[in-house]
Amino acid sequence: MDTVLELNNIVKRFETHTAVDDVTLAIPRGSLFSLIGPSGCGKTTTLRMIAGFEHPTSGELRLNGQRIESLPPYERNVSTVFQSYALFPHLTARENIAFGLRRKGVRDVDPAVNKVLELVRLAGKEQRKPQALSGGEKQRVALARSLVLEPEVLLLDEPLSALDPQLRVQVRQELKALQRRVGITFLLITHDQDEALSLSDYIAVMNKGRLEQMGKPQELYLHPKTRFVAGFMGPMNWLGDFGLRPESTGLALEKPAGAPSRTGVIRTSTFLGNCLHVEADLGQGLHAVCEVPRNGTSYQPGQNVHVWWHAADEIHLQP
Amino acid sequence: MTRLRWWCLSPAGLLLGLLFLVPLGIVARYSFLTRGPYGGVELPYSLENYKLLADPLYLAIFVRSIGYAGLATALCVAAGFPLALFIARSGRRRSLYLALVVVPFWTSFLVRTYAWMFLLRDTGLINTALLRMGLIGEPLQLLYTPFAVILGLVYGFLPFMILPIYATLERLDPALVEAAADLGARPMDTLFRVIVPLASPGILAGSLLVFISCLGSYLTPDLLGGGKTIMIGNLVQNQFTAARDWPFGAALSLVLMATILLLLLPLLRRKEGLL
Repeated sequence: MDTVLELNNIVKRFETHTAVDDVTLAIPRGSLFSLIGPSGCGKTTTLRMIAGFEHPTSGELRLNGQRIESLPPYERNVSTVFQSYALFPHLTARENIAFGLRRKGVRDVDPAVNKVLELVRLAGKEQRKPQALSGGEKQRVALARSLVLEPEVLLLDEPLSALDPQLRVQVRQELKALQRRVGITFLLITHDQDEALSLSDYIAVMNKGRLEQMGKPQELYLHPKTRFVAGFMGPMNWLGDFGLRPESTGLALEKPAGAPSRTGVIRTSTFLGNCLHVEADLGQGLHAVCEVPRNGTSYQPGQNVHVWWHAADEIHLQP
Repeated sequence: MTRLRWWCLSPAGLLLGLLFLVPLGIVARYSFLTRGPYGGVELPYSLENYKLLADPLYLAIFVRSIGYAGLATALCVAAGFPLALFIARSGRRRSLYLALVVVPFWTSFLVRTYAWMFLLRDTGLINTALLRMGLIGEPLQLLYTPFAVILGLVYGFLPFMILPIYATLERLDPALVEAAADLGARPMDTLFRVIVPLASPGILAGSLLVFISCLGSYLTPDLLGGGKTIMIGNLVQNQFTAARDWPFGAALSLVLMATILLLLLPLLRRKEGLL
C-alpha cells in the first residue's frame, strides 16, 4: 500500500488534558479517508496537527516520507477546507481561489483558477464576494481554493455539517466524485458515521484521544474490534458475548426452526418511515431493537415474541 | 418601538442641539461681524474676517497644522496597530492590557502634558540621563520643538487609535489567519493581505478620531511647543484672548471645521458608504 501520510505515535497534551494519545495511522495515497469519533475524541486536534496549526507534544508526522511535524503550515503541502470555510470576506471568489497560487509566486493564475472554477461548477459566480454566495457555493470556493494548489492531502474539517440536511446527501456524492476525478488524497473528519460509511475508502475511529480501529467501511461495520466501534458505526443489540445489528435481528410470533432465537416481550415500536424499530425485552437485563417492515405484522407492546437471527450475522468482537 | 426609538434620540439630541448647534450658530454669526475695541463683536456685518485668512502667515499655520496632525496620525497607526494586534492575541490578558491603555485617562490631560515638559526640558530626565552617560555634551533642545508637539499629540491620542483597531481585530475570525497560512502565506503576507485589510474599518475610524483631535488641539502645541502660535487651535485661542479679535477667531474656527469636512469627505464616501 502506497502511503502518503503517516502519523507515528502522535501525542498532543494541553495544559489540562491529553487530546491525542499515541495515535499511529497510515493514510493510503489517493484514498478518501475519514477520521471519525464523538466530539472531544481528538480528531480535530489530529487534523490541526497535520495542517500545522498545532504541534504534537511527541511523535512524528511524515508526508511522502519526509518529516513535517515541526514545519509551519505555509511550508506543508497539505491544505485545509475549514468547517466555517474561512473565506476571505474582502476578496472575491476568484481572488480567494487565486490567493494560494499568488503566495507560491505563480505569475499567471488565470488558467489554473478557471480550470478549478469549472471543476467545482462556480463559473459565473467568481466575481462575487463570499457574503453574496450560498452555503453550498461558499463550500465550493473553499474546496477550489485548496484544490487549485494540488496538495498532497486535502484536509476537510466536518465539510458537510454547515449544510442543510437535504443538501448534505447530494454534496456527499459530489465530494466523492470530485475526489475520484482529481485523485488527491482526502482526509475528512466527521462525527457522522453514515457520512463516513457512504463516502470513505477507509475509516479510522477515535475515542478519548486514542485510535480504536482503522479499516474499510464494511470491516468496521461488520467486524468491529471494540464495543465502542461497534456502537459508533451503528445501533447494536448486545446479547451476552456477541452483538447484532437491528437489520439482522428478526421478529416472529412462532419460534423459527433452524435459526437461533430468544423469547421476549415487546416494549416499544417506533415508526421510522421506511421501517419500524421494535424493541423487545429479553429478560436478564437484555433487550434488542429489531428492524421490521412497516407493512408486515404489527406488534403491540406487551406481546410475547421470538427474536431470531442468522448465526452468520453475529458480531463477535475481534481484539 | 418607533416611539422608543425617538425617545432614545432625545438625550443626545437635546445636548447636541443646545450645547453644540446653538453655540455653532453664534460662532457662525460672529464670524461675519466686526471686532469690538475690547473684545466682543459689533455691527456691521462684513466678510473682512474671511479675507484676512488669505494672509500667507495664516495659510502657513493651516498647512503646518494639517501636516502635524497627519504625521501624528500616521505615527499613531504605526504604534497603535501592532499594539492592538498584540492585545487582541493576548487571550485572557486582553482586558488587563485594554485597561492599561485607558489608565492614562485617569489623570488630567494637563497634568500629563506637564509631566512631558519635565521629561523633555533641558534639565529634564532625558537630558540628565544622556548627559550623565556622556552620550551628549550639552542638553538637547527637546522641549518647545515640533518634535515635542508631535510626540505630545501621539501620546495624547494613541488610545483613540488603539481602541477602534482592537475592536475590529477582536472580531476577526482566527480561522482566516490560519487559512492564509494554510494557503502558503508567510506571517508578513498574512498581516498585509488579510489582517490589515480586514482591520481597515478600525484603522480608518481611529485615524479620523486622531486626525480631527490633533488638528483642533491647542493645549499640546501651547505647552510643548512653547506658546508660539504653531497650530490652528492656538491661533483661534489667541484671537479670543490676547488678540481680542472674536470675529476672526470665529471665522478661523469655521474654516477649520470646513477644512476637516473637506479632507474627510472623500474618505467617508469611499470607505464607509456613509454619504
